Amino acid sequence: MSAATSDVILKINNVSKLFGPVAALKNMHLTVRAGRVHTLLGENGAGKSTLMKILAGVYHATTGEVEFCGSPYKPENPQQAAARGLTIVFQELSLCNNMTVSENILATREPSVYGFINDQALERRAAEIVRDLGLPIDVTEKVGNLSMAQRQLVEIAKGLSIPNPHLVILDEPTSSLTDAETEILFSIIDRLKAKGVAVIYISHRMEEIMRLSDDITVIRDGEFIATRQREDVSIDELIAMMVGRQMNEIYPPRLTAAPATSEAPILSVEGFSRSGEFEDVSFEVRKGEILGFFGLIGSGRSEMMNALFGMKSATGSIRIDGEPATISSPVDAIERRIAFVTENRKEEGLVLAHSVEWNISMAALGRFAAALGFMRKRQERNAATDEVDRLTIKTASVDTPVGSLSGGNQQKAVLAKWLLTQPRILILDEPTRGVDVGAKFEIYKIIRQLAAEGTAILLVSSELPEVLGMSDRLVVMHEGRLSATLSGGATPETVMAHATGITS
Amino acid sequence: MSDEKHTSFAQNPYAKMLRQYGGILASLVVLCIIFSVMNPRFMTVANFMNVLQQIAVIAIAAFGMTWVILLGEIDLSIGSIIAVAGMAAAQAFLAGFGFMPTLVLTLLAGAAMGLVNGVLTAKLGLPSFIVTVATMGIFRGLVSLPTNGAPAMIEDPTWIAIGAESFVGLPIIIWIVVVLFVFNHVLLSKTTFGRRAYLTGGNREAAVYSGIKVDRVKITIFMISGIMAAISGILLSSRLYSAQTNAGTSYELDAIAAAVLGGTSLAGGVGTMIGTIIGALIIGIMNNGMNMLSVPYFYQLIVKGLVILLAVWLDVRSKRAKQ
Repeated sequence: MSAATSDVILKINNVSKLFGPVAALKNMHLTVRAGRVHTLLGENGAGKSTLMKILAGVYHATTGEVEFCGSPYKPENPQQAAARGLTIVFQELSLCNNMTVSENILATREPSVYGFINDQALERRAAEIVRDLGLPIDVTEKVGNLSMAQRQLVEIAKGLSIPNPHLVILDEPTSSLTDAETEILFSIIDRLKAKGVAVIYISHRMEEIMRLSDDITVIRDGEFIATRQREDVSIDELIAMMVGRQMNEIYPPRLTAAPATSEAPILSVEGFSRSGEFEDVSFEVRKGEILGFFGLIGSGRSEMMNALFGMKSATGSIRIDGEPATISSPVDAIERRIAFVTENRKEEGLVLAHSVEWNISMAALGRFAAALGFMRKRQERNAATDEVDRLTIKTASVDTPVGSLSGGNQQKAVLAKWLLTQPRILILDEPTRGVDVGAKFEIYKIIRQLAAEGTAILLVSSELPEVLGMSDRLVVMHEGRLSATLSGGATPETVMAHATGITS
Repeated sequence: MSDEKHTSFAQNPYAKMLRQYGGILASLVVLCIIFSVMNPRFMTVANFMNVLQQIAVIAIAAFGMTWVILLGEIDLSIGSIIAVAGMAAAQAFLAGFGFMPTLVLTLLAGAAMGLVNGVLTAKLGLPSFIVTVATMGIFRGLVSLPTNGAPAMIEDPTWIAIGAESFVGLPIIIWIVVVLFVFNHVLLSKTTFGRRAYLTGGNREAAVYSGIKVDRVKITIFMISGIMAAISGILLSSRLYSAQTNAGTSYELDAIAAAVLGGTSLAGGVGTMIGTIIGALIIGIMNNGMNMLSVPYFYQLIVKGLVILLAVWLDVRSKRAKQ
């Protein structure tokens, strides 16, 4: 084997995958080299997951060849893939919450004698794995007691625990990680590279991609677009390749001027506290203003928004239009025309098995109630159709189950649901999480439009460029406390300093 | 062109019905064909009326069960509620109440028992499976309190007429099934309450965030289930001229089978009253057909179990194929 080809770990040649007449992948090419991080970039639905599932042995390619470590590679199932040294850490967690970290990491590979599990050896081996990776996690803890970020790290540890990995695939590993844990992950990746392991990295976060990648391959509509080295390409070029059009501005400009600070606030919150989650938070927001909330995971932002929406009790005062308001349930909040796009659309936002129409109307059913509680079905349908058109939700019809839409369109359906309640105050918690770049841009445009129409917007995000790019003012939280209220022109460094509590 | 055809097919209500209920309707037709080949008396109007009367008790209980299952919950206590309702009526008549007061009292008893199930489930957060296993025993025990386990006769002529008389050519029992079917169907598919039930069953969290008072929906639905079971109990006691302490035993299983045969998802959020009535018909026709063929009871149980498995499997398979 010559030196030139030996560092190629994975070579994908002309791979296509058809689902019936639909091509999910068309003549895909990919060459991944040892000791390098190769990022796969593409919008949701571009074919990344299909490709990964072929590599994992979940799907089988319709045509084309894959070569792995110099020999043909056609795994029948994930076990075979793992046996060859290929491991995938999926974005969706596959952990059992009521089992311990060690039981999860070594699931199906428990050290055992005649089927009896050796608990001590299990714990010891898991502890070794966790220590080698530098994870701050107790392996005897139940997974259910860990934070989402810690669970993600356990998932990664589980994926990396196979005996001899040659290729590690990480599918959006940082989507629920805080910065501290992201750093741990990056150092793990650095060590993998040093050992000569190849990494395929999937993420939507541009800053992260530019920092981590050696090579970047863009795919679009199931087709290979280009492979570039990181040094030779800019974020704008990558986005242009990904969406197939030039996108000069990721964050659309304001349509109207920001409201003056002298204007009376529509919502003012004072001394808002809930023990163990957030303390003494005060802020106010005006009509048409976008107030950003930034903080690391665990800073209490989402908890506070839940309390503001009446899902949790809290102390402190809330004033709407200057009048004291008590909000003790979502019913109260909706009555006061507050809407809340939560961070987990599948759990808290949508009924996946129900139609787009039913999902859009669900928070405004009262609007469609006639005498005796009968539904005005035609009005409901018209309203849903209007929202689908207005927000350009891509769906075959309003009768399509919302669960079959892409992430971006599901998110727009959640937005549509809340817009139908005609909110005056709109809380958006991570509105673009797991949403591809094209849909992100459209969601930003919708937010701008709503602000221009006078809706006050509370925008919570853990993507710093997003809050900076969209907000008029910015509230930064650190460990449950408000650490700064900044103007829209703040630099990322200042915001980060306040968010991590470096400045005092 | 072909696109247009496709949409018109999708929007045609009959085509939609056929796609939704095709699997179980086919099972129903196959059963009818088998029984009419084996016994010429099967396919007669008189026998069909018979089937309808026989399924009345189960069908009405199954309407209530459909609501509960739709919510992702279960109500195992309805068999016992059926018995309590009969006994409550018998005792009320014994105490000298007239027809109307007894009727109201019996329905209230059903609603109260449903309220207990609903409050324990919604407010204490206990799983409905456990709650209703417990109340199934408690209610069954209550039945025997007034008579120490002996049956109680019912002699009120109006009460007996419910199960025996006809109205405009149709047995009153069938009228009651029809009225309750329409009531439940309309409430479920045409009103905001029905929609809230679907949404709560489909995703409780999302329903709470959308301002739906899920606890209230849950308690109301357990009360509907209790009232439906009480009506079943009224019909049963009317046909038996008495309240039996073991009346309605294991009827909850037939009611669950009817709802599930009809496409109601045990996971919640999906189901219709049309499906449930077809499911109840399948169960009723199997019982009736096998009785006419003098199939021994234990064979009937085996065949019924197998047919339920087959029908649900066919249904699941056809729905999977559509996706």
